[in-house]
Amino acid sequence: MNSTADEAGGRPATGAGEAAGEAAYVLPRGVPLWEIFLTFLLIGATSFGGGVVAYLRAGLVIRKRWLDEEHFMSALEISQALPGLNATNMSIIVGDRLRGVAGAVIAFLGVTLPGASLVMILGVAYAANSANPYVNATLVGVGAAAVGMLTAVTLQIGRKQFGGLIDAAIILITITMVSFLHISLLWVLLTVGPAAVLIYRPRRDDGAAPSHPAGPSA
Amino acid sequence: MSENLSVLGVFSLLSVLAVGGGAAVLPETKMLVVGTHHWLTDDQFRDIYGLGQVVPGPNMLMVLVIGYHVTGYLGALLAYLGFFVPSGVISWGASRVWDHFEGSPWRRSLQLGMAPMVIGLMAAGAISIARTAIDGSLTVAIAIGAFIGVYFIKKVNPAFFVLGGGVVGLILLSGTGAGMP
Repeated sequence: MNSTADEAGGRPATGAGEAAGEAAYVLPRGVPLWEIFLTFLLIGATSFGGGVVAYLRAGLVIRKRWLDEEHFMSALEISQALPGLNATNMSIIVGDRLRGVAGAVIAFLGVTLPGASLVMILGVAYAANSANPYVNATLVGVGAAAVGMLTAVTLQIGRKQFGGLIDAAIILITITMVSFLHISLLWVLLTVGPAAVLIYRPRRDDGAAPSHPAGPSA
Repeated sequence: MSENLSVLGVFSLLSVLAVGGGAAVLPETKMLVVGTHHWLTDDQFRDIYGLGQVVPGPNMLMVLVIGYHVTGYLGALLAYLGFFVPSGVISWGASRVWDHFEGSPWRRSLQLGMAPMVIGLMAAGAISIARTAIDGSLTVAIAIGAFIGVYFIKKVNPAFFVLGGGVVGLILLSGTGAGMP
């Protein structure tokens, strides 16, 4: 069942078609904890450039087949609706499905330890060299590039939302409240969140699914 | 000791506020870390954010470095636990009851309503970093270059463009005293 590791390097394809096969999905039983740890450790050590979720999908759905596409999406849905990073929330949920609490803890440690160790090494080196002109110039460049990257990722993820009138209004209101009025995030979440969900509340007249100006989402 | 408790408190708060992920909670992180507590300067915040970008895994692992700046290795550990444990426990608990709501039309309402708010929060995150990171025409050029690279060249890992920005900065900015405290 488990594909023998052909760990192709590089960035996993995000949405490309793969032979996921519609064979009935069964949650694997008795996956050893060390295997869970090593799998998440590998993902944690190779997922450069943000977007860890794409790497999780490649590792867990395609390579290990611990989850099928549907269960992966359902775990992602939970991770997105709740506080916390998608990557760590997903790891915890998948680890829990495989081996309960121990699996959740092991998966979380695996996905965060490589980056945590590396960022600490860099952080300690940075603290000792914060007056070094080369270090500062490099980090100014990294910071500027990060702005470009973050903008690109936001536009890519929000491509559909920017097209709809209601969604664009929610986006603009959120940006205004956070960036220009400097309203605390707690209040933004407590006001915009419920209001937006109410706008999309289920309506009796158009069946179970609420309407969406830009078509059904994934 | 009280500083350690503050680190734990601030990052636990950020953990439960981090709806929509790391970028969405950036403005609030900066407001608390730079504004309220004065643990870092604007420039240090930008630098540490940059460090988070060049390591694998979630970018928000940079919270360890913020904690380290406040109270050393213990601060780093407390920031790590504070930022990841509360939201992790919530997700863990929610995933166990989530399936009971299978088929509820409100699940879809939640998704549709949250999506644009999260996009707005991510955009606010980009604005928050830009306010410190964009300073002068060269940084504008680097940001535009990285934007074009990430947006249009999808086969190349985004980390490459972020590191590329660092190399350009090193070559063109190191004589100018850019980012110096």
